[in-house]
Amino acid sequence: MISQQTLLIIVLAPLIAAIASGLAGKFIGRVGAHCVTIAGVALACGLSVSVLVQLLKGAPSFNEGVYTWLVSDGIQMEIGFLVDRLTALMMVVVTFVSLCVHVYTIGYMHEDPGYQRFFSYISLFTFSMLMLVMSNNFLQLFFGWEAVGVVSYLLIGFWYTRPSAIFANMKAFLVNRVGDFGFVLGIAGVVYYTGSLDYATVFSQSASIASSTMELFPGHPWEAITVVCLCLFVGAMGKSAQVPLHVWLPDSMEGPTPISALIHAATMVTAGIFMVARMSPLFELSEAALSTVIVIGATTAFFMGLLGLVNNDIKRVIAYSTLSQLGYMTVALGASAYSAAIFHLMTHAFFKALLFLAAGSVIIAMHHEQDMRKMGGLRKYLPITYWTSVIGTLALIGFPGTAGFFSKDALIEAVEASHIPGAHYAYWCVFLGVFITAFYSFRLVFMTFHGPERFRHVSHDEHAANAHAVPTAHAGHEAQGHDAHGATHDTHGADHGHAPHGPVEPHESPWVVTVPLMLLAIPSLAIGWVTIGPVLFGDYFGGAIFVKEQHDVLGHIGEEFHGPVGFIVHALQHPPVYLALAGWLLAWLFYVKKPELPGKIAATLSPLYQLLANKFYFDEVYQFLFAGGSRALGTALWRVGDVAIIDGAAVNGSAKLVGWLAGVVRHLQSGYLYHYAFSMIIGLSALLAWYVLR
Amino acid sequence: MIPLEWILLLSGGLFSLSVAGIFLNRKNVILLLMCIELMLLAVNFNFVAFARQLGDLQGQIFVFFIMTVAAAESAIGLAILVVLFRERSSINVEHLDTMKG
Amino acid sequence: MSITEILFCVFSAVLVTAAIGVITARNPVHAALFLVFAFFNSAVLWLLLEAEFLAIVLVLVYVGAVMVLFLFVVMMLDVNVAQMREGFTRYAPLGLLIAALVVFEIGSVVWVKHLGSDTAAAAVAATAEGYSNTRELGKVLYTKYLYPFELAAVLLLVAIVAAITLTMRHRAGLKAQDVGAQVAVRAQDRIRVVKMAAVQPEPPSEPVKPETEHKP
Repeated sequence: MISQQTLLIIVLAPLIAAIASGLAGKFIGRVGAHCVTIAGVALACGLSVSVLVQLLKGAPSFNEGVYTWLVSDGIQMEIGFLVDRLTALMMVVVTFVSLCVHVYTIGYMHEDPGYQRFFSYISLFTFSMLMLVMSNNFLQLFFGWEAVGVVSYLLIGFWYTRPSAIFANMKAFLVNRVGDFGFVLGIAGVVYYTGSLDYATVFSQSASIASSTMELFPGHPWEAITVVCLCLFVGAMGKSAQVPLHVWLPDSMEGPTPISALIHAATMVTAGIFMVARMSPLFELSEAALSTVIVIGATTAFFMGLLGLVNNDIKRVIAYSTLSQLGYMTVALGASAYSAAIFHLMTHAFFKALLFLAAGSVIIAMHHEQDMRKMGGLRKYLPITYWTSVIGTLALIGFPGTAGFFSKDALIEAVEASHIPGAHYAYWCVFLGVFITAFYSFRLVFMTFHGPERFRHVSHDEHAANAHAVPTAHAGHEAQGHDAHGATHDTHGADHGHAPHGPVEPHESPWVVTVPLMLLAIPSLAIGWVTIGPVLFGDYFGGAIFVKEQHDVLGHIGEEFHGPVGFIVHALQHPPVYLALAGWLLAWLFYVKKPELPGKIAATLSPLYQLLANKFYFDEVYQFLFAGGSRALGTALWRVGDVAIIDGAAVNGSAKLVGWLAGVVRHLQSGYLYHYAFSMIIGLSALLAWYVLR
Repeated sequence: MIPLEWILLLSGGLFSLSVAGIFLNRKNVILLLMCIELMLLAVNFNFVAFARQLGDLQGQIFVFFIMTVAAAESAIGLAILVVLFRERSSINVEHLDTMKG
Repeated sequence: MSITEILFCVFSAVLVTAAIGVITARNPVHAALFLVFAFFNSAVLWLLLEAEFLAIVLVLVYVGAVMVLFLFVVMMLDVNVAQMREGFTRYAPLGLLIAALVVFEIGSVVWVKHLGSDTAAAAVAATAEGYSNTRELGKVLYTKYLYPFELAAVLLLVAIVAAITLTMRHRAGLKAQDVGAQVAVRAQDRIRVVKMAAVQPEPPSEPVKPETEHKP
């Protein structure tokens, strides 16, 4: 049996640690701050694992309210926990990755003045994320949803003296508002049709939503379930950075690297995926919504992967790969392969966190240089980082036997088997995406760890100049990574105490950095072997995920599943694996064998290259359309609405009117007694006259 | 038996005369006070008349209270008048215009 | 036409004449005397209307107290009558017009609307033998209207206090006994013993030089 106390401890331990290190950071010091937060998260992690073990042993799911916040018009708003196997899986992933990141942060941030603040934030994030995944109702889900958003906002702008960081966190905040608006509408729709916020009640009444229609525009009845699901999915698009709400995620790399690993790769951005999987009883009822999901996911998976091909910032390449992998998960959701999506979510959390943390290790070694063109040949200096990154990369491209291979291959097969409208398009997107993923992943590895040691030839002045000269992603408003600008370099260098510039001698990171890398490398390699059977094709999720009979692609594939080895053998007869190997080979050809080739190709296909380098001009269009449009609207409202109507007519106008009226009326106040007496008598006779003539 | 209408007409006439008095003697505060007394007398006539007409003593009770209030009013009014005259050496209403807007 | 009606007509005519006198008299003293005359006539009319107690009160209170107060004030104040009469004729037509309007309106209220007087006429009953208006009034006043009666008494008291407070004047140099101050006085307020050390006057010392470094 899972006790309520256990769950409360899991949730509250990180919160208490966050409060302790955030508010009392000065008293407990740096060591105190990381000790208390790591203890909190470790406790949560240990208990989460025990909860998972209990559930695997056959304990029933926990679904109870803990505290009723308020009851209004029959709608109960309460805090409650729903812990089934889906939740337990998420809890373990979240707390484990969070624990690794906490340990890693000791090494990464050890010279930062905001040390305690950072630990407080990531602990607070763990609390928020746990609240999100453990919720048993929409309100608490929304609370967690917004809380992780807030922490994400705080952490992207962690180095708040940098204009680019402030720009990035504002961007993330605004784009997420768009998604959250849709999400709130979706929740409102759910409450409107079912009168409840509780998952169980809502899902039991999903048929009633499915049978009703709504007319947003008179004469065009829409299926209510489709509208509700699309609204909820808009929320997922914002949080999980799907096209066209993806623009905030690459910019969020302004935050410290541990955060990129924890929030913007492993956990928070997957909240949208988790939410859709949790809402599977609703999404299953709407073919149109699933179709939208699959198309948007496929678009994200393929086109965002393309952007990773041309970027030179080590963190941004991984960020684009995150976008692409989130697209893969979304595609799986659209194909009704929720288990595959969650499975990929889990494996992705491990290997993407690993990749980010490895990138962070490289960045430390390069003294906060993020441009891959100034790296190279780091293999012999950073052996642990190198091998763990290779493991992460292999998992990412789906090399047979790694965690990513199982999840991705199952996912692609599921999409192939799906008959949802748009599945064909999605299949080609994810299929070609495999090649692209392999190419940019190994491009990163080769540029960073192989080849000549370019960092020796770059003096500081040059690289500041280069950063402006390169034609890559410079939309004018953003810094290309941490240290691309000479101006930001100084402040940042001061932050970290790395005063010496110019050629440096890289060295392996301390154990607090490498141990989390190794810890994450283990599941990246091995988790697929043990989990694919039960999670993907078994009945691991039980009742947590609902799939309609005709959508059950995984069950279809599962008929041919005979253990992990069989799965590998089966996959070797299919093209995706070879496509990944081809991508690997091409990357090797371009960046190790003939490093002059990419430049030539970029010159030949200049328009295409420009399109990719400018990220399909999404930022420019948004900047012009939304930012410019709202500025124009704001100016118009200010000029007309505020200055002319409110200030001019309403405020000053009414004051003027009163002043004028008083100026006229004051002449009646003669101050002579008999005038008042006269007016009384005249009033009296008028009253009498009215009485007489009535 | 005196008809009610006669009494009402008499009181109406008295009232109108005192109204006219307020217009005519608009400068002299003492005369204004006297006119007010006359007005109250006219009102009292009505009360007395209806008390007799309806056989109800309450009308007379009201007259009693009105007379009490009128006595208090004229006492205070005259006291104010005396203070006023002491300050200004005049009781001309036209000079009382410090409240003029 | 009965004798009471004839008497009513006669005294009404006199009352109206007296009222006209009040508002047109050149001298305020005359106006006050006209008012006294009007009150006497009203008292007579109220006797005819069987309000004996009120008639006596009118004479006693109004004529005896209020009007005497008026006369006092009028005579005490040195009023420039001529200045007060300015604009009398100018405003006479307006005043008469307003008066005529009010008369017309009241008349039409009485005759056109009747005020229910025709229906209420039947209620008039002949008074029984030994009926006393004063006793009946007293009975009602001291039972049903006891609280208003006492309130009226308090009101009069307040009026007395207010009138005295307003007109009271403290003249400078007036010799008067202040009992409160006499009672509240304490011994140490009257005399203060000052002890001083017996000091021999010292011979004058040398004059002190002003400090030049001292900055202002």
